[in-house]
This record gives sequence, structure tokens and C-alpha cells, in this order.
Amino acid sequence: MINKDIKKVIVLGSGALKIGEAGEFDYSGSQALKALKEENIHTILINPNIATIQTSEDIADRIYFLPVTPFFVEQVIIKEKPDGILLAFGGQTALNCGVALFRKGILEKYNVKVLGTPVQSIIDTEDREIFAGKLGEIEVKTPRSIACLNMEEAFAAVKIVGYPIIIRAAYTLGGLGSGFCANDQELESLASKAFTYSPQILVEESIKGWKEVEYEVVRDRFNNCITVCNMENFDPLGIHTGESIVVAPSQTLSNSEYHKLRALAIKIIRHIGIVGECNVQYALDPHSEDYRVIEVNARLSRSSALASKATGYPLAFVAAKLGLGYGLHQLNNQVTKVTTAAFEPALDYIVCKIPRWDLNKFTGVSKNLGSSMKSVGEIMSIGRSFEEAIQKGIRMVGIGMHGFVANKEEITIEQIDEELSNPTDRRIFAIAEAFNKNYTVDEIYEKTKIDRWFLQKLQNIHISKNKLEAVNSLQSLPDSLLLQAKKEGYSDFQIARLVLKSSNKEINDDLLKVREWRKSKNILPSVKQIDTLAGEYPAQTNYLYLTYNGNEHDIEFPRDDKSVIVLGSGAYRIGSSVEFDWCSVNAITTIHKENYRSIMINYNPETVSTDYDTCDRLYFDELTFERVMDIVDLEAPKGVVLSMGGQIPNNLAMKLHRQQVPILGTSPLNIDRAEDRKKFSSLLDTLKIDQPRWSELTSIDDIYRFVDEVGFPVLIRPSYVLSGAAMNVVSNRDQLEHFLNLAANVSKEHPVVVSEFIEQAKEIEIDAVAKNGELVAYAISEHVEFAGVHSGDATIVFPPQKLYIETIRRIKKIARQIAKALEITGPFNMQLLAKDNDIKVIECNLRASRSFPFVSKVMKYNLIEIATQVMLDAPYRQPDKSLFELDYVGVKAPQFSFARLLNADPVLGVDMSSTGEVGCIGETYYEAILKSMLSVGYTIPKKNILISSGPARSKIELLQSAQLLADRGFNLYATGGTQKFLAENGIESTRLFWPDETDKHPNTLEYIKDKKIDLVINIPKDHTSREISNGYTIRRSAIDYSIPLITNARLASAFIYAFCKYEIEDLSIKSWDEYTD
Amino acid sequence: MTQLRKVRLILEDGTSFEGKSFGYERSVAGEVVFYTAMTGYPESLTDPSYTGQILVSTFPLIGNYGVPSDSKEQGLSAFYESDKIHITGLIVSDYSFEYSHWNAIKSLGDWLKEHKIPGLFGIDTRALTKIIRVKGSLLGKIEFEDEVIDFYDPNQENLVAIASTDKVEVYGTGEHRIVLVDCGVKYNIIRCLMNRNATVIVVPWDYDFSGEDFDGIFLSNGPGDPALCDATVENIRKTMLAEKPIMGICLGNQLLARAAGAETYKLKFGHRSHNQPVLLQGTDRCFITSQNHGFAVDTKTLPSDWEPLFTNVNDQTNEGIRHKTKPFFSTQFHPEAASGPVDTEFLFDDFMNNVIEYKKTKK
Repeated sequence: MINKDIKKVIVLGSGALKIGEAGEFDYSGSQALKALKEENIHTILINPNIATIQTSEDIADRIYFLPVTPFFVEQVIIKEKPDGILLAFGGQTALNCGVALFRKGILEKYNVKVLGTPVQSIIDTEDREIFAGKLGEIEVKTPRSIACLNMEEAFAAVKIVGYPIIIRAAYTLGGLGSGFCANDQELESLASKAFTYSPQILVEESIKGWKEVEYEVVRDRFNNCITVCNMENFDPLGIHTGESIVVAPSQTLSNSEYHKLRALAIKIIRHIGIVGECNVQYALDPHSEDYRVIEVNARLSRSSALASKATGYPLAFVAAKLGLGYGLHQLNNQVTKVTTAAFEPALDYIVCKIPRWDLNKFTGVSKNLGSSMKSVGEIMSIGRSFEEAIQKGIRMVGIGMHGFVANKEEITIEQIDEELSNPTDRRIFAIAEAFNKNYTVDEIYEKTKIDRWFLQKLQNIHISKNKLEAVNSLQSLPDSLLLQAKKEGYSDFQIARLVLKSSNKEINDDLLKVREWRKSKNILPSVKQIDTLAGEYPAQTNYLYLTYNGNEHDIEFPRDDKSVIVLGSGAYRIGSSVEFDWCSVNAITTIHKENYRSIMINYNPETVSTDYDTCDRLYFDELTFERVMDIVDLEAPKGVVLSMGGQIPNNLAMKLHRQQVPILGTSPLNIDRAEDRKKFSSLLDTLKIDQPRWSELTSIDDIYRFVDEVGFPVLIRPSYVLSGAAMNVVSNRDQLEHFLNLAANVSKEHPVVVSEFIEQAKEIEIDAVAKNGELVAYAISEHVEFAGVHSGDATIVFPPQKLYIETIRRIKKIARQIAKALEITGPFNMQLLAKDNDIKVIECNLRASRSFPFVSKVMKYNLIEIATQVMLDAPYRQPDKSLFELDYVGVKAPQFSFARLLNADPVLGVDMSSTGEVGCIGETYYEAILKSMLSVGYTIPKKNILISSGPARSKIELLQSAQLLADRGFNLYATGGTQKFLAENGIESTRLFWPDETDKHPNTLEYIKDKKIDLVINIPKDHTSREISNGYTIRRSAIDYSIPLITNARLASAFIYAFCKYEIEDLSIKSWDEYTD
Repeated sequence: MTQLRKVRLILEDGTSFEGKSFGYERSVAGEVVFYTAMTGYPESLTDPSYTGQILVSTFPLIGNYGVPSDSKEQGLSAFYESDKIHITGLIVSDYSFEYSHWNAIKSLGDWLKEHKIPGLFGIDTRALTKIIRVKGSLLGKIEFEDEVIDFYDPNQENLVAIASTDKVEVYGTGEHRIVLVDCGVKYNIIRCLMNRNATVIVVPWDYDFSGEDFDGIFLSNGPGDPALCDATVENIRKTMLAEKPIMGICLGNQLLARAAGAETYKLKFGHRSHNQPVLLQGTDRCFITSQNHGFAVDTKTLPSDWEPLFTNVNDQTNEGIRHKTKPFFSTQFHPEAASGPVDTEFLFDDFMNNVIEYKKTKK
């Protein structure tokens, strides 16, 4: 039945998490690897993303932490001699790499068979023109688009396409010269402008405002096809599906529309010849059954991960099996066990996906949502009504919102009309506000084109809000209204705020009153299973959610003290992503191994922790205090682990503790002592451990006084953040004034924390595990960049290569003292500064940190497994002393997604802006640096390097590396000051004028635009606004023209040394086990 | 929103659920069955095969896209599957009072009221479905406080006689003359035949069509127990001697089997969904089908000149039969869909090709 010649298979991963390619590929890759393993196929994974589950020991047989590029994959093929390769499980990265390998003839040369969809089918879907042609062959409609070279052609094209149209200027960035035309005059004016930017324009029919619908289609080699799920975007066409709120299944499509599009999807997958899974995106006319196919993805995608979680159908697992030659009917339904994979899931609930944006982390970025993706993560909520699902979902996104309504007053949106017509990340709240201002559903529809059905449902929530507000006490709240509110997804918090009119101070106590009240009325949620067949067959499923639209539980609760709950990480966001999922999954696995039943709570559809086979019970539900308490009440677990999922679970520590929930590991009281700045500071003082001087200040005068005392620069953290005024370092009085103007609201309620900022200091991390206050295991790592770059954006080296032994010893001692003082049991992480052997503690978290997977994997000693065993009071393996003396080096490098964030300044600061990371291993520091930087998209420059070296200090820092580059024959280009400085030091370089010196040549900007530069090194300097803006232009252009950019002098030096020392061919092609065993 | 009346669903095992009424306010009794399709309530509600049944939708959100107009195309309603609602009552979890769709003209609730059919919402339909799954389809009644009624078992009655037409009607002007035995036919079967150049002569379930001028026989779907349709079975037996092509759907499959000499039996809770996988006998071809039936053909009792055509991949029940040498075949599922997936519509082509072949050989 399957191809028995396939004994060894390479799977390509997707590399670092980035916008548009995130955690979903850890899920799909892991599933594929499990599917292969089940067939006794030897699996080889290439993926530098060290924080993923798929790059763990039990998942793949061999793992290469190497860039997913044709060069490295070829090297691994030569070495491993695989029989087959899977390209569809590592996102666009893997697909592009696969297509390149195919085109270069490498796959053929080494006789590597592509399993699943043939490469030609992939190519057919990737090229827009071939794709439209292919679909034309089977009379499937795509949006009409005609390329025009002059005005005449444009007018002729419009005759075919018909108004309204969209004009797109070819070969321009950021939509320059593009726009919407409804008539000849508009076309005349816009097209003539567009032709000044570009010799060619595209005249396309406009389908803006149409419904957007997706289908996930599966096909086996017998030509059997199913659609696993369809999904409907809440936001109409015009907003990228990754930026849209999405529901599954579709809600506003009639049977005829649903099945028309379904049949087309099957027609398409057959014609293209996919074996495995693909995704078809449609635009559907809201006034007829007319449609267009917008896109086909011939691979697992973000949508397929969502569809998997939405239905319980293991798409990636099945797709991998189909690639091996199975038929759908020959595979078991993993959920029911009694039926097969040849069916289409029937849902008896609705899911809602909402994107998570972190646009506040970037300066200059446009917040408007459009055709490109900016969100960094997503959530999926499950309910038995749309109202329930959307309100749960809004809470899950984790931006401080409590649902569709009853959010804090600060979110009042002034320009409702503008927000409705030109949506930003706050559109859903603008709709709430519009209802408050008595807009009708029709009025909102006219501005948003969101289907009225969705708006009507939102209006139901709004109406209930008004009813709740009219009540003033729980005693006068009718049971029917309370139940109705809960069915519409209202939280106890929202009800407290609306009924009890609770202030922020009282709300935590008041929501407990609501909770008690509704429990006394027996208004409780029901636990329901997701079983893929809507209850038609009995299913052995552990996939659960809670709803108020039900009155019985599907499962029983043993309450036998043999279960442990792990709280997951929620939506991926900047600062918390796949690394916490790795920690959660490892905790779950360890709990299971220690003979406890593992219970996971998480709601992120991009994760492995929410996979059907990861834990004994999965509650795909909220990580709010209320929902965790609901589950704890039912399960009565032995304990709850909240140190694995990052800050979201950690923040629940005290609240759960107050309700006598058994928390495993360090006592919540001690977690609070570490989390509370003042308490922690006084603890450090007692222990005589140094820390940077800081103060929490409530008036502008106090701030100036404090700054006079500690001197510039200082780090400022306002507690009330207006846009653009987040945490920042200020170096002089001007900047301070400017900053305080932005963060105008300094008061007792909104204090500002000001800390002394130590320059030229090394930053060091320690990840450790302690038991009852005794240090059990630890890993110390150092940052390449000096302190001032957020630890999530820093390049981290483990084991440290450039620290004094004395420093290491003292850090260990500090860790011991703190572990003892806080009686730590479980994982913790500290960040420290070291300058001239002077060590200061800057942060301590009594939970797993972002770097746990990295250090654990480099040591091959799983700190999370140990931490979990410690928390369960189970025996654990003491680390071998020699463990820390490794013969190799690991380097973790950040991945940035600036290209996706139009206009954002690609500069690093104290707030984190990277979206992902990789970790690579090398024989030496420089080898590891080079591998990791190549993994996040840097390339070794061929010839030309632009240096704009900023302040004097970084000029000096870069001097030696510039010399090295000159010695190696690179052409150096430099801006004025740098060129002069280099010349003074005997290094030849060509001066390029600043971007604003437009009349002077050669100019930096033209060199960048003409791609004459292979690497841009631009170190920001913060003196005059002119330099800031020139620096910004250089950095942004480098990003926009896809030229590698480095903005930190120490990192630039390290990279330059690395590529001057090693040619790409010199890099060792060694798997993880070859280093560690 | 005006005051909604509370109403109970009471099952024969004594279980009772309280919901609120959104349809016509009268007490009714019937057989309670669940269906797991996620779209297509206008089609399902007008499907005559549901005669006598109180329908439970496992998909919770119902009414979203309203109900389309009853406009006519080629003498048939354009959007419905028959001329009226055939279910006895409708049970849902979350009813949409507001609806939104370009072709909707009224709400589901208003439509139910028009046809005097009660509808309940606010029921834990998953809990209800699990009861039916365990105990099999149960009798039940929707009872308003002031109108107590008895249980009623529709399967004791010849439902086909109720659902069938009482006169011969002709649709379309195609070249091929097809007699369609109406046991409660869905309009889309007629549409599928008309679209394939057929003139469709719709005849009552017990009509002796031997005197008609025709090229092929179509046995429609319909409600209830096939064992109660002896008249139809007799007519089929007679026509089989002439070797004119026959195709049957759903009840038509069961009647063809009975005419061939096989037995039928009642399934525990039937198949009512859009996601039933069936395997074409002797191949690896698998199709997703729309189904709505409570009875099935016992494959073991098929005579030796007959063989199974399709088998359900989930529970191995019969999904179609064919004669080994003659152009007779039928399916338990609905190739005409409406509602549901259209993957097997090609079977109508197979049938019409049989008709064309037959006409050729006759000449």
C-alpha cells in the first residue's frame, strides 16, 4: 500500500518564527515527523529553530540546526543520503528551498524523491500568471488583471475588467502608486501618477468588500478528496486573512454557496495534482454566488493549522501519511478511533480566530490593516454561540480587554467613522463604540462591509450590556439575564463592572462576588468534547472546551489527586512565543512520565501543546482567573504548574493562591516577592546584592531630581503608556523632556520608574532550577551586544566564551542566595549586568524563560524536565559537573520581521522587537555565530559593505573589523564621518552622501536602491534630528530593498570576524547528536 | 424581543429538555432524529424523507442566512426540495432571530410559523444527540404547557403514501423519458435529470407505470420503512423484466433491493449528515456523501446476480447495490445532494448513459 523503498526522509522546517510564518509550522512539522516515525522511517530534520518541539530528541531521529537554504540542505543530503524529502511542512521557507533544490537539479542528482505534492504543482500555484492560466483551463475564475504600459492600454483594459478597479504600479514598494478607481476621471489621474513611478501598471478588477472564504482540501493518490473545514473571514476582502477575525465553519453561506465553493476546491486540487493538503482562498460576492479564487497554497499553512485545531482533524499528520502513499480511507480517525480519515468533520460548535498584533512595539509603523500581514500571533476561541466565542476570543488575545464590551474607559475611540472605514488593530472596539453611539447595524455595515449577521450578533452583546448596566446589584439581577450574559460569553469581570459598577480597585473582589452568586444559582459552564463527528459516534477524545450553552458535561472528573494542570502561554506575541510552548510540552511530558494525568490549558492554535496527542486532557480555553478556577473546581488537581507558560500564567499566581489552589513549585508569595519591584529591590538590599539605582516617581520634579543624582543615561518606564512612549533610554535633558511630554500622565496612579542605565556593560543570563531553595542545575549565557538591547533581541552565546571565571563564580553565588531567599522550587531566570567584574541584578523571574530550550538543547540536559520533576518532588538526574564544559558553542540569534512592518524603524532598543529566534551549534564561537546569522536571513556579503558607524564609541569598536574587511578585499563605503574616521586610521573607503543630500552623488540611497550594497551596517546615533532621520532612511531602505542590516557595533564586529574567518564551505555539517553524544 | 414561550421536548424514555419557542406554537409528536450537517436547513426541512420526524440540528447556530423565496424555475421551487416543510418539529441550540443573506426574504422562525411547524432553541443539542446515539432514534414530543399530547410513532404508518404525489406530473422537455416513482422525491433529483436532457414523468408511489412510454426508471428517496411499500416493490419487479435502466436513491435503494429479493432493516440512529464516506466496491475510490436514512439494505441477503456497489467506510453498512449484468443500480446516499456535497452527481450521468445505451440497443 505504501512505498517501502522510502526508509530515510528529510523534513524541512521553517526556521525562526516571523510574521507570516510562525508557530503553526512547529505543529505541522512535529505531526509529519510523528507520522513518519510510526512507519519506522528514519527522519532527519533541518531546522535552526532550537526552541521548537520538533527539534526535540523524541520527535526526529536526527536534527540539524542549520539554515533551511539550498546550500545547507544539499550538504545534508550528501551526508545523509535520504530516500525522500518533505517540503510542505515548513511554510514558505521550506517550499522555496525545495523549489530551488528542484530547479538546480539537486534532488534528481542525489535521487531524493519528493513525497506528497510534486514540485511542479507547487510551482504552478506560486507563479501568479501560471496559476491563473491553470485555473482558466478548468474554467475557474481568478480576479481579472491586465498589465498595461500606457494610458491607452489602461483604458482598454478597463473596458474588459469593468469598474471599480484597482491600479497597481509594478515594481514599487509599499503600494506606491496603487489605488482604487471608480470612473474614467479617477483612472486618468491615478494612472498618470502611477506611470511616473513605474513603466508598467496592473489594472485589476476590484473585489474589495466581498466575503473571504477558505477551504482546506485534502487529496490522496487515489484521487479521493475531502474538505476538512471551511472558514469565513469576519473582515471582508481587503484585509489579509492573517489580519482578519475568522470563524469556522462559515456562518453566512447558504448550502448552495458552501458546496459550490467546496466542489471548486476539489476540482482545483485535482487539476493541480496535489497529494496531501492545500488551502484555497475565495472571494465571494455578498450579493450573488459569483466568486474568484484568490490564492492556493500547496502546503500546510497557518489556515491548515487553524483548521486542524478547529475540527480536531490532524491535517498535517494525515497529509504526511498521504505523501507516503496511503489513501484517506486506509487511515484511522485519530480522534474517534472507530472511523477513518476519509470524512469531513462535522462541528457542533463555532470557533473564532483573532489575530494578535504588537504594533505598539515599533516606532513609525502604520497601524492600518490591509493586504499585508502584521500580526505576530493568534488565538482560537470555541463556543456554541458566536457571541460566546468572540467575547472569549477578545480576552484571549491578551491586550487587557475583557470582551467586546465593558473595557476600560481609556479605549474610547474618537474617530469611529475613520476607524470603521480604514481599520486598524482596534476595529472591533470601534464597532463596540459605534453601538454605544447608537449606530445601526446597517450604518456599520456600510462603512465596514462586515456581514450584517456578525454585526447583529455583536449588537446582541451590546444590548445585554445595556440591560446589565441598568441593574445595580446582584440581588436585583434576574437569573435569566445572568444566564443569558454567560451564554453570550460575558466574564464575571465584565458582569462585576457593569452591574456592580466596580472600580479598578474593587474589581478583583467583586468578580469573586459575581462568581459566588452565579455558583449559588447553579449557573455553571459545561465541559464539551471536540470529537470531529458532532456526537454521531462515541469518541475517545481528550479535546475539550467550556461553554454556557449546554447543561451537561461530556466527561467525568476522577478528582483522585493524580492529575496536574499546566497553564500554557496563550497567544504568541513579541516576547513570548514557541519557547514557552516547548517548556509547556516538556512539563506535560514529564508529568505524564511521572504517572500523573497531564491537563493542559491553552488556546493558541499554532502550538504543539494544543495537539490532540500531547496531553491526557486538553482544555482549549481561556487562561483567565475565572476559567482556570472553573477547571480547577471540576478537576480538583493535585496541583497547578504556572511557571512554564511565561508571564500570563505567572500573573495568576497570587489570585489562584488566594483561592487555595495548590500551586506546584515556588510559593506564589515568593513569586510575588520577585515580581514586585519594590519587594525584590529590598530583598536584594538585604542580601547585599547590587542593582542599578532606580526609583518609582510620581511627579516630573521628582524625576529631574533623581536624574540629577544618578546622571544620564537613564531608563524610563511609564506605567501608563501612550503610543510611542513605551520604555526608553534617554541620554540628555532634551530627550527626557520630549519623552515626558509624550508620557504626560505622570501621577500617583501612573508612576514612572526611572533607573540608572549602565553603558558598555555585558549582559548575562542565568537559567536555573532549584529545589527547596537549593540550586540544582543552571546554565549561564552571555549577550554579544552590550546591555541596552532587550534580552529577546540579543545574540546569546552559551556556554559563555568571554566572561571572567570570577564573574561566573559570583553569578552562581548570587543565584544561590536568591534561590535560598525565595525558597525557589522549579525554574527561574535572572538577568545581570557585568562591568569590570561589578555585577548587578536587573531582573529575576521565578519561571521558565525564553532561553530555557536553547540552553537545554545545547547542553542536552533538559532543565524543564528537571524543573518539573523537582516540582512534583520526583527523583531527578543530577547534572554531571563536566556538563558545562562543552567542546562546542551554541549561539542564539533573533529574527526580525521589519520587512512586514511598513515604515517601522528597524532599530534595537530596550523594548523587544524580534519575532523569533534560532539557535545553532558550532565548533567555535565564530562558526556558531555565522551559522545562526545565516539562519535568520543574513548572507555573506560578496563585495560591497556600507558602514555608517554612528557614535565615536562604535566607530572605535568597528575599526578592527573594518581593517579586516579591507584586508580581505571588500569594498567599503561609508557616510561622511565614518569615511573620515576610517581614512584617519588608514583604511580606504568610498564616501556616500547622506540620503537628504539628494543632489550629491554617490548617494547612500541610490546605492541601496540599485542594490550595489551587500551589507549595511548602520549604528544609530541620537544627537540631531537630521542624523536620526538620515539613519532611519538608510535602515528602512535596507529593509525595503532586502539588504542585510546590522545596527549594533558589537554584533557587526562578531559577524564580520565570523565571515572573514569562515567560508560557507568551511562550516561543519554536523547533527545535534554529533556534537552532544 | 417579545416574550418567548417556554416549551418542552419530552422523549419516550422520560428525559425532558426545556427550551424557548421560535416557531409555531402547537404541541407535536414524532420520531426524534439528529442530523450533523452544518448548512442547508431550507433544503433539509423541505426534504420529504423527514416526514414524521422531529429534527435535532447538532450544529448549534441555525437561522443565520434566513430563508430564500419560493420562486419557481421549470415548474419547481428554485430553492426548496419540495412544496412544503416536511419535518414535524425543529430543535436547535442557538437560533438567529436576525438573518443576513442576499436571497433571504424571511426568517426561519417566520417560515416555520407559516407552515405551522414548532421550533425550539436553547436546548443542549449535544446532550440530546448523545441520548439518541446511545438509545437509538426515540419517539418524542414538543409540548406547550397548555396542550398535552400523546407520543406518536410515524414508522407504523405508510409515510410514503403521505409524502408521495397523488397525480402524474411531467417536468422538462428532454429527449429521454424517465419515469420517476415519487416516494417523497426531492426536487433536486428532478432538476439533476432535467439538466441531463430528460423529460421526467413523476408518478405516485403505487402507480402502475407499465403503460407509460419511457426509457428509464428512477426510484426516489422517501420517508419511513421500505417494508411498507409493497405496491412499489411489485411494480419494480415487473419492470425489471424489461431491462430498462433503473436508478434509485435512498429509499429507492432499499426498494430496489427488496424487489431483487433482499431484506432491509432499521439502523439504530441512521445516517443524517453531509460527511458520510462511501467506498466504491472493489476500488480505492472514496466519496463524501449527503445522507438521510434510518433503514438500510442487508447486503448478506442480496441474491447472487446482485452485488454491493458502495459501502459506508465508517460502519460498513450498505450504500448502494447493482445488478451484475443489467443496467440497474441504486445508492443509499444522495448524489443529488441539496443539501450536501455534490461529489457523486456523476452517477446521474452514469444512469443517463445507461439510458442512451439502452435506446441504442433497442434500435
